[in-house]
Amino acid sequence: MDTVKIDKMALRMRKNILDVSLSCKRSVHMGGGLSLVEILATLYGAVLKYDLHNPYWDERDRFILSKGHGVLGYFSALHQVGFIDKDTFFSFQTNGSDLIAHPVMNLPLGIESSNGSLGHGLSLGIGIAMASRKKKTGNKTYVLLGDGECNEGSVWEAIMAAAHYKLSDLVAIVDFNRFQSDGESKTVIDSGKFLEKWQSFGWEAEEVDGHDVKQLYEALTTKKTQDLPKVIIAHTVKGKGVSFMESNNDWHHNRLTQASYNNAMDELEAL
Amino acid sequence: MIEISEKLSRQWSRIGSRATFGQAILMAAESFPDLMVLSGDLGKSSGLDRFKNSYPDKFVNIGIAEQNMIGVAAGLAKEGYVVFATSFAPFITMRAAEQIRMNLGYMKLNVKAVSIGSGVSMTFLGNSHFGIEDAAVMRSIPNITVVSPADCAEIVKTVFAAAAHDGPMYIRLTGEVGNPIVYREDYDFQIGKAITLLKGDDLTIVANGTMVHEALETAKILKERGIDATVLNMHTLKPLDTDALDKAIANSNMIVSLEEHSIIGGLGSAIAEYTSKFSNSPPLLSLGLPDSFLDSGEYRYLLDKYGLVAEKIAEKIIELNNQIKEMK
Repeated sequence: MDTVKIDKMALRMRKNILDVSLSCKRSVHMGGGLSLVEILATLYGAVLKYDLHNPYWDERDRFILSKGHGVLGYFSALHQVGFIDKDTFFSFQTNGSDLIAHPVMNLPLGIESSNGSLGHGLSLGIGIAMASRKKKTGNKTYVLLGDGECNEGSVWEAIMAAAHYKLSDLVAIVDFNRFQSDGESKTVIDSGKFLEKWQSFGWEAEEVDGHDVKQLYEALTTKKTQDLPKVIIAHTVKGKGVSFMESNNDWHHNRLTQASYNNAMDELEAL
Repeated sequence: MIEISEKLSRQWSRIGSRATFGQAILMAAESFPDLMVLSGDLGKSSGLDRFKNSYPDKFVNIGIAEQNMIGVAAGLAKEGYVVFATSFAPFITMRAAEQIRMNLGYMKLNVKAVSIGSGVSMTFLGNSHFGIEDAAVMRSIPNITVVSPADCAEIVKTVFAAAAHDGPMYIRLTGEVGNPIVYREDYDFQIGKAITLLKGDDLTIVANGTMVHEALETAKILKERGIDATVLNMHTLKPLDTDALDKAIANSNMIVSLEEHSIIGGLGSAIAEYTSKFSNSPPLLSLGLPDSFLDSGEYRYLLDKYGLVAEKIAEKIIELNNQIKEMK
């Protein structure tokens, strides 16, 4: 894997995020969109199997953005690889657009499912992974969750079922950015020994630096076990890439002004 | 598709709604190779044992986790399977309401959510297991077709129609072992198309689920009192057959809605939502379960207690009919 290429894609995605946040002139889910940039750059730039000319291809890998509010990173990745053209991308959060604050299923745009309500994506991914196994299409299913999202009980129902049904082609990734809407996750609801919880539910679990594309790639493409689903706990920084947004929960959902945009873009340009 | 006959109707009636559903899904699996069934640890109670044994690769027990069950069903449906997901009415329609909203409603994924034992058919299990509000909840979610079959034969018809129907559905089973029989011979069942079972010039009773049989019995009593009733089997609550209602508006002095469901949000509400915009619409007598939690007891005891038996229904109709006459 060409890490330089993926890092460059991640940088372009961050610039896309700033551009579209400024142009839409509205509050956006900034922090959680920036934290998952490397995860999605690695997936769309190096791991996922898809065909831009055939979005309905049966053997495509499936990607579900269960933390639906992470659209800034998601749409930027789909824009970078060519699913979403420039005009559509910049229609984000304008009246009547296909691209709103949460994904709305649209396969021609590469958007696999509708999300926004947390705690739904992993169950959907289980059904898809079961179907892929039955049809022997050989594809994998990737579901990206947030650490805050894992407050939802339905996530744990799904974790239990995926292990029970030995869905070895299912990969969950947790964008563990340590914050949720009301603040630092451990002060809202402490998720405790998070990795061990997944392991005790029967998953192969691995922790990585969620901004290190080499670590991400290796975790996404290797497995120690044959018949277990795998979870990658990706430790990330909410608002990653823009110093005044990093781990600053004011940027969970906020509007980007021209001045903030200029400062943020200066930082990215300097990289 | 299996032909309904007197013999089969009797056989299904004897085994009741749930076991008939189990037989129907077993038969449907022969015609629909992509059919799958999910249960939330209620395979036995849902009459699915034979299905599970006959098609172990088409049956998924997801455990006591209805929210996950609907999500998994949706994932399978997204990849082309026709998925029936079953549980008791409150668990599937309310515990997993938001999963149904996102996956079946919003994404229109081809899942048939089936509630076994809706209405008061869970008898002594009580309010925790009754389906009092389920139709109201499901009906309010966009894109979901809601069907409540009249008897066991219609359960079979519904299962086959649902398997052939490309889109999300909620199927609401009422009744118990020894269900009264409405259909003794084959008939044309189409989702969204009400069936006129009896024609009368005075009023129209619109019913679904087990109340269809009760409506027919009510019509007999009314006939003895000189009142001719039309009886409509409105098995599909959504989309509502408004053509059938137009006829009822034009030809009746009164419309009666009859359902084994809360008077809030079900068939009566659906009819009112449509008919209330017409100035020539006759009065609507909305009969169903009261807006309260209910007693527990035997099925017939409960139906009687809440006025959902022919004699009591007829009394209420006659009372309103007399009032209408006086006003004229």
